[in-house]
Parts: sequence; C-alpha cells; structure tokens
Amino acid sequence: MIRFENVGLRYGFGPEVLRDLSFRVDSHSFQFLTGPSGAGKTSLLRMLFLSLKPTRGLISMFDHDTATLTKDGRATLRRRIGIVFQDFRLLDHLTTYENVALPLRVLGKDEASYRAEVVELLQWVGLGERIGALPPVLSGGEKQRAAIARAVIARPQLLLADEPTGNVDPNLGQRLLRLFIELNKSGTSVVIATHDIALMDEYDARRLVLHEGRLHVYD
Amino acid sequence: MSMIEPPEAMAEPWDDGDPAAGTSTQPTPAPIVPSGSIAGRSLTAVVAIMTLLASLTTGAVMMVVNSASDWQSDVSREMTIQVRPVPGRDIEADVRTAIDVARGAAGIADVRAYTKEESAQLIEPWLGSGLALGELPIPRMIVVKLASGAAPDFAGLRNALAAKVPSASLDDHRGWVDRMRTMAETAVIVGIAILALVLAVTVLSVTFATRGAMAANRPIVEVLHYVGATDSFVAGQFQRHFLILGFKGGAIGGGAAVVLFGILGAANAWLLGTAGGDEAAALFGSLSIGVGGYIAILIQIVLMATVTALTSRRTVNQTLASIE
Repeated sequence: MIRFENVGLRYGFGPEVLRDLSFRVDSHSFQFLTGPSGAGKTSLLRMLFLSLKPTRGLISMFDHDTATLTKDGRATLRRRIGIVFQDFRLLDHLTTYENVALPLRVLGKDEASYRAEVVELLQWVGLGERIGALPPVLSGGEKQRAAIARAVIARPQLLLADEPTGNVDPNLGQRLLRLFIELNKSGTSVVIATHDIALMDEYDARRLVLHEGRLHVYD
Repeated sequence: MSMIEPPEAMAEPWDDGDPAAGTSTQPTPAPIVPSGSIAGRSLTAVVAIMTLLASLTTGAVMMVVNSASDWQSDVSREMTIQVRPVPGRDIEADVRTAIDVARGAAGIADVRAYTKEESAQLIEPWLGSGLALGELPIPRMIVVKLASGAAPDFAGLRNALAAKVPSASLDDHRGWVDRMRTMAETAVIVGIAILALVLAVTVLSVTFATRGAMAANRPIVEVLHYVGATDSFVAGQFQRHFLILGFKGGAIGGGAAVVLFGILGAANAWLLGTAGGDEAAALFGSLSIGVGGYIAILIQIVLMATVTALTSRRTVNQTLASIE
C-alpha cells in the first residue's frame, strides 16, 4: 500500500533529519511509530500524509509515485488517509457533528446522504450525547474521539495518529487504543506515532523506531 | 505485559453514554467559514468606510468636472460686439448696422443691443447714477448668443463688421474661454489625481484588512487541507465568504454616499432662489452627481467586493503553499 525506498529529508540547507528510510505499510496492518523527541516522527507522519516532500528517495502510495502527483492529485490521494493530531484541530465554530462530517462535506456530498452515518459513528465513539456540542465545551478525551471520528468518517485506507494519547490520562489512553484496534479490525491500516512505551506495551504490534535519523523496524 | 484483548465485534467500543441520545435532527450545517467573526465585522467596517470616502471623492470630482464644463460652455456660447462712438458717425446707425450684420451671420441664435439705460447700469458702479450718457463717449454693447452645436465663422463676421462698421470690434471671449479651460482642466486633473489616490488607498486598506481577517482563519484553511479538500474548494469557500463581506461593506459605504448626495441635491434645490443657494448653484451647478455618478459608486462597490474576494483567494493559496 505504501512503500518508502531510500527516503531522505532535510530542511533547507541543514543536515538530513531522516536518512535512508526504507519500509512498507501494508493493508490492514497496525504499527507504532516511535522514537525519542526530535527523532523525526512528525516529519515522517507528514511525509506519509503527503504534506511534506522528501528531498530524496521514492515514496509510492496506493500505486502512485508521489513525486509525480499534481496538487489536486495529492488532495485526492489524501482523502484515502485519515489523520489525528495531538492538538485535535477541531474547528471551534462547528458542532461535533459538523466537525466529524467535514471530510464528507468537502467531497460535495449532500448532508442528508451522510447524516445517519455520522450520527452512528459518533455513537460508536461514545459521543452520541455530544453531537450538537461545540469543541470548547468538550473534554480532552471527547475532543480526541471527535478527531478520530473525523479522521475515519470517509473510510480511509490508512489512519495516521500523532501522539493521540499525549493529552489524556493513561486510562483514557488505553480506551483510545482500543478504538484504534477496532478500526484496524474493520480494515484500516493504522500508524500511531507515540513515545508512550506503556501504551505500546498494551498491544503487540509492529514497531517502527526512529533513532538518529534512521528507521529500525521490529515486526 | 498486560495486553488489551481486541473486541470481537465492532459494536460499542465506547461504553459511555446512551447510544439513542443526541440523534435529533441536525439543523442546517453552519458555514465552513464563520460568518459573524470579529475580524469579519472589522473588515466590513473598513470596506464601508473606505467605499464611502471613495464614493464621496468620486461624486465631488464629477461635480467639479460637470461645473467646469458648464463654466466653459456658458462663456463660449456668447460673444460681444462693441461699437465705439466716433466723431462724425451716428452711433445709433452703427449699432443697427452691426446688429444686422450679426443677424446675417451663420450660427447665431440671438442678437440684442444693450439700451442706453442698460449701458448706464453697467457703468453705474464706477461712475454713479443719474448720468447723462449723451455727454459721455460711452461705447454700446451688443450681446450675440450662439446657436447650440453651431460653429460660427468668427473671421467672416469680424471682416464684415470691419467693412460696414469700422467703429465696431468683435470680442469672441476667447481669452476668457482659454483661461476658463485652463482652470477647468487643472481642477479636473487635480480631482482625478485625488480620486486615483483615494482609490489606491482604498484598495490597499481593503487588501490589508482582508489579509488581517484571513490570518484568523488560517486554522480553518489547514483543517480543510488535512481533511482532503482541494485547493480550489478551500479558496472557493473563502472567496465566496469574503465576496459577501465586501459587498455588504461596499453597499453600506456606497449607500451612505448616495444618501448624502441625495440630501445635498435636495438642500440645493430648496435653497435655490436664496443668495447663498444661487452662488452655490453658479459655482457647482445642480450639486447632483447624475446617473454617471451613481454608476461610478456602483462600480466602486463591485470593485471593493472583488478586491476583498480576490485577496482572500490569494491569501488562501499562499497559506496552502506554506502548508505543503
């Protein structure tokens, strides 16, 4: 599904922050991406999300060479990827329902065609009672679940999560992990960037470890 | 290592809350770009104020242009024949001959000689009243009004007068017209220069105010980008929103200018006949900007809305370029 071959990344004229990355993310797979702070986890996630171009190497996503994609082509491909940010990135003027429905709205779908689906997903993530609430009144855990729901509403093939448990207590972190596992079981590949070793110990999954700019894969 | 057992079924991974709750019908989804933000209201105010100033300047310049044109045409529609008293010639006969010559020329609408009494009134401010004109060698004036749209033969008329009334001279007011034209052209150029500056300042103010308002919307641009919106979709959302803001501001400012010009025109009509009103009318004409002025204000409203919309689109594209 996704293939990195000898990918390198540098910012400006600085040193390479990521070197010779070669790995695959297969369909229906689940992996943790980890490493110390500043190891380049977010940069790698941004490359996986087509939001950052590598300075060298090949990235193939869904059988497309990303170097040859146009802007609209990248946007189209990005719709097959869902992303969850540590800081949620919910729009404060939209309700939980509207935030979650946003990816379908930008696809130009009629609201009546997706209403039931969004409501069902919100119930599934435990936000059935918070459909009309605005993000400022949601708790951290609720915001994170809304962000996850938004990331998966368009049924992406790949779900990326950047420190999804960074802003929640360990108990809530475990429950969020269970949510990601459920999504993976439904067919979505999952990459969770985290430096929370306790969280990774909760679930036996492939680990991609970044260290000094290089990637070590532990299947 | 304690491992979480993945649930077998997809149902209810989250066991909080009542699944039946919150399923009430949602109202129409809110606009993706919030309509009532503080930055949006500030931008509307800036557009309204700048459109008002630009519209007032446009109206004032159009009044000056129209008045300058009226001044020129009023002066150039008339000319004067002066018949000087010459010893040995009958001035009354010379006046009659000059009138006949003028009436016989092409492009003349009306010829009227000032009577002795009118001539006395003309010089009364300098020489006082009760004059016996017969004792003074006062020249007689003949006012010749030109037909509108006609092109009289000034040289021919001058030659004919010289042949038949040697004591007559023709003043076609060319000196006055030239001076008036220079003054009018200067007034128009200054007015247009001021209008160009005001429009430039307006466009720049609206551009910067739009960029300011857009800065508050950067998170929305980023989120739309991350959920898979194409650049044209994101730009379209903001362009539509800011086009409406620009139209709203422009309509408020332009509408206020139209009302002000309406009040000015009504006040002018009401004051006509009074000394001050007549002086104002002589200087500035009817104090009306006419249909052309209203069209110019309308164009400015459209211009402001267009500048606002295009600036937002450009800012969105810059933001998107900085994200990737």
